[in-house]
This record gives sequence, structure tokens and C-alpha cells, in this order.
Amino acid sequence: MTTIQHISTGRRLKDRMVQGLVYLAFALAVVPLVSVLWLVISNGLARFDMTFLTHSMRGIGARDVGGGAYHAIIGTLEQVLLSSLISVPIGLLTAIYLVEYGNGGRLSRAISFFVDVMTGIPSVVAGLFVLAFWILFLGMPYSGFAGAMALSILMMPTVVRSAEEMLRLVPDDLREASYALGVAKWRTILKVVLPTAFTGIVTGVMLAVARVAGETAPLLLTVFFTDSINNDPFSGPQMGLPLYVFDQAARPNDTAIDRAWTGALTLILIVMLLNLVARLIAWWRSPARGR
Amino acid sequence: MSKQIQVSGLDAYYGSHKAIEDVSMTIEPRSITAFIGPSGCGKSTFLRTLNRMHEVIPGARVEGKVLLDGDDLYGGNVEPVSVRRMIGMVFQRPNPFPTMSIYDNVAAGLRLNGRISKSRLDDTVEESLKGANLWNEVKDRLSKPGAGLSGGQQQRLCIARAIAVKPQVLLMDEPCSALDPISTLAIEDLMAKLKDDYTIVIVTHNMQQAARVSDRTAFFNLAEQGKPGKVIEMDETSRMFTNPSHKATEDYITGRFG
Repeated sequence: MTTIQHISTGRRLKDRMVQGLVYLAFALAVVPLVSVLWLVISNGLARFDMTFLTHSMRGIGARDVGGGAYHAIIGTLEQVLLSSLISVPIGLLTAIYLVEYGNGGRLSRAISFFVDVMTGIPSVVAGLFVLAFWILFLGMPYSGFAGAMALSILMMPTVVRSAEEMLRLVPDDLREASYALGVAKWRTILKVVLPTAFTGIVTGVMLAVARVAGETAPLLLTVFFTDSINNDPFSGPQMGLPLYVFDQAARPNDTAIDRAWTGALTLILIVMLLNLVARLIAWWRSPARGR
Repeated sequence: MSKQIQVSGLDAYYGSHKAIEDVSMTIEPRSITAFIGPSGCGKSTFLRTLNRMHEVIPGARVEGKVLLDGDDLYGGNVEPVSVRRMIGMVFQRPNPFPTMSIYDNVAAGLRLNGRISKSRLDDTVEESLKGANLWNEVKDRLSKPGAGLSGGQQQRLCIARAIAVKPQVLLMDEPCSALDPISTLAIEDLMAKLKDDYTIVIVTHNMQQAARVSDRTAFFNLAEQGKPGKVIEMDETSRMFTNPSHKATEDYITGRFG
């Protein structure tokens, strides 16, 4: 016969212990995050000024103070924008195919497999591929666009996976409701499925952007270095913020080290800003608004 | 504008599993036809074959004939999308589009099917919401999200959405099973009103509901689990519920099984 029992001391103890472990794990995860942020902010604030944001490194000698990352900021923004323009449409269309049309057939399974393979590509390999194919084989010059291509290789699988997940979350009820109104499949996808998944897709794209914005290795091989402003991503070497940090940090002067910290801070701020914009868009388009 | 449906020798499959077998019946215009029967006997599947929604599920297919005023819905070059435009459907769970306002939900079918002027759209939305007995409750908040309404209101919104495209036939798959008695009453009143203009087919687990609202009733059953469902008998509702000709029908209706 079962009776109502009190919680035994053993179970209480276990409960406390596991709770403690969870808190400990949380603390362990937060420590590096906070310490990185603290380091970057405290070291980067020294040079975070208008000169830094509006000047390039043109004509700045090895020991000079001053100089800035304007050329690198422009480069990063253009490269990330271009790689998004390449990878978001392709990634989104792939996800739509996988969810709405693939039906688990041979082609969709093959695509799924290769997306997984792409996820595992080391970033330097993506850079090497563009270097070998675009620059060495086709004879194109180093450019921001070459860097954007390398970045888009890294971005695409993330976009496909996150968009696919979001599209699968859209209940079939809604698709059926739309079909039952006599709406064709492609219009259903365009007007019902995509708007419903919009918020999640934007978040996924932003995660992918944040991932590639900090990539250094592929840029190293594709956009080269420059100290000058180059607004045209299609010709000539450009700079990127990760490259800038890498470059400055390797120089033996304190002035350069300071610039490297500030470059890292700027990169974090840019990614944060982009995230904020994405959240605003998502909030603005969210169905709960105006209730 | 309502039309008659004639079904003959219809089988429906999910992959290799036969869900319903050899269903033949006539569904009269301007009347309510109810399908009753135990769970899993293929009522909903059959309902979904009537507007070619069954084949939306991967691997599902249909054999046999469904004639809408003489035109075969499963004819060789029939566009399923156009069939669904003529035969609307209301689902078990209210499913308003979550990204759209009340107004946009009702307008969805018309908007997604092509261009339409704003004034005609306004008229149709008002007319459809009035037709679904929802206008008075929502007329002041048409731009609010449809998902913010109560369950019963959402279901009437879905009915408004379905009748906004002016179908010939309205299929309802257990439209009240997720609703409270008051909302159920509202929907039943609405069905009685809609039957003047539409051919209505309703699947229900609620025997009293079938008895209350329908003109004709079909009883579905299956020999055993895993076997395809069949129509046991179909007759005037009054006769089905007082003097059924099959033992199984009587047992089901009186609550001896199912």
C-alpha cells in the first residue's frame, strides 16, 4: 500500500547538490564572458574617440600615436553586408526547399548532409578555397568581395540550419488553412509561412552575421592588408576589423596595442548594434504588437 | 450558389495503408450533412478528400470519383487549388493566421488570390464577419491580431475567412470540439443560417450536435483497428436517430460503443 510520504533527507540533499552544481556551471560560463568584456572595455576605452572612428592608418608611423580604424570599419561593414547578400537568399531558399518541397527525398537528404559538412569547414579552409579558386586560378585581385565570398561560405550553413528550424516550427495548421482558402503553395509560403517565421529567421541571420564578422583567417587570405581607406569592395585590398586587431596587436608599440584593443571593442559594439537592430525589426514585425 | 456533391467508389490511402474504402454518397445542396462514427474510422479523411486536402499529406492519395454538380474533382487536368477555392474548410482547432489582424485574416483568401479594390475588400470583410455573427464583437478592433480573440471568436473568424472567398461548399471538421457550450451554440446557430446559401458538411463526435443541426447523417465505422473505414449507413437524421436500419448504428448512437 502506498501512503503520502515526506521528502526524504537524501532527496533534499541531492536536490541541493544538483542545484549547487547548476549554479557553479553557470558561474563558470559567465566568468570568461565577463572577463573578456572587462578586458576589452577597460583597455579599449583609452583610444575610443572620434579620431579612431574617422581616421585610417595612412601615414601613421610605427611609434606615432593617433590613427584609427575607419578603413577597417568600412571594410568589415561592406564585407559582412556583401556576404549576407550572397548567403541569406541562397540559405533561405535552401531552407524553404528542405522544409516545403524536399519531403525527405534523396536530394533533400543530400543537401542536408552537405550543409552539415559545410558547418564543419574550418574558416581558414574557406579562405584558402577562395584564394585558390578566385585569386590564383581566375586571376582576380585581392578585394573585399573575395573576402565576402569566403565569409558567405561560412555563413550559409548557419543560415540554412536556423531558417530550416524556424520554418519547421510553423504549424501545418496554418499551411492547411491557407490551402483551404484556395491559395497556391508558393503564395502560402510567401504570405503565411515566411511572415510567421520571420522573427526567428532574422535572429538566425544575425547569429550568422555575428559569427562571420569576427573571422580573421579567411580575410587574411582574401582581402589582404591595407592602411588606407578603400570604399570599393570590388577592387584592391581592403581592411577588416579582425584583421586590424590582428595587425595592430602584432606590432611592438604600446600605441598599436591600444589601437588593437579599441578595434576589438568596436567590433563587439558593431555586432551588438546589428543585434539590436535585428531585435527592433523582429519586435516591429511581431504579431503580438498592438494587442 | 451551393452545389451538390456526388461521391462514388472512393478509396483513400496514407502510403500503403487504406484509410477508407468504397465510399459512395450524395450530399445535397442547401443542407447540412453530418458524419458521425468512432475515432479513426476515416470521417475526417473522407471530408478532406472532398476538397483535395487529403493529398497535401506526403504519400496520401485517393482513388474514385467526386463530382461537384457533375464535374469530377479528381479529373485529369483539374487544378487542386481551384477546387479548394470552391470548397472551403473549417478546421478542428481555430487557426487564424498569427501575423495578421482580424481584418487581414478575413481578407486573406481574397488578397492572396489576386488584386481586389480596397472598397470591395472592406465590403466583403464586413459582410463575411456579419455572416459569421462576429461583426458586432470585433468591428471596433479590426486591426488587432486575430490570435487575441477567444477560442469561440477565433473559430467564427475562421468561418468568416472561409466564407469570404464565396465557396460553394463548406466543410467543417469538428468545428466545436475545442469550444465551450456557449460558443458551440453560436456556431450551431451560424450553421443553421449558412445552410440557406451553402452546402455544409460537418464531422462531429457529438451525437446531440449531429441530431440538432444536420438534415442527413452518415455513420462511418471500421471492422477492426487497421482495417479501412466504411460508410455503414446514411439517411435522414431524424430516421437515423430514431429508427436506424443497422445494429451497429443503433449501438453507436445509443452509446453502447465508441
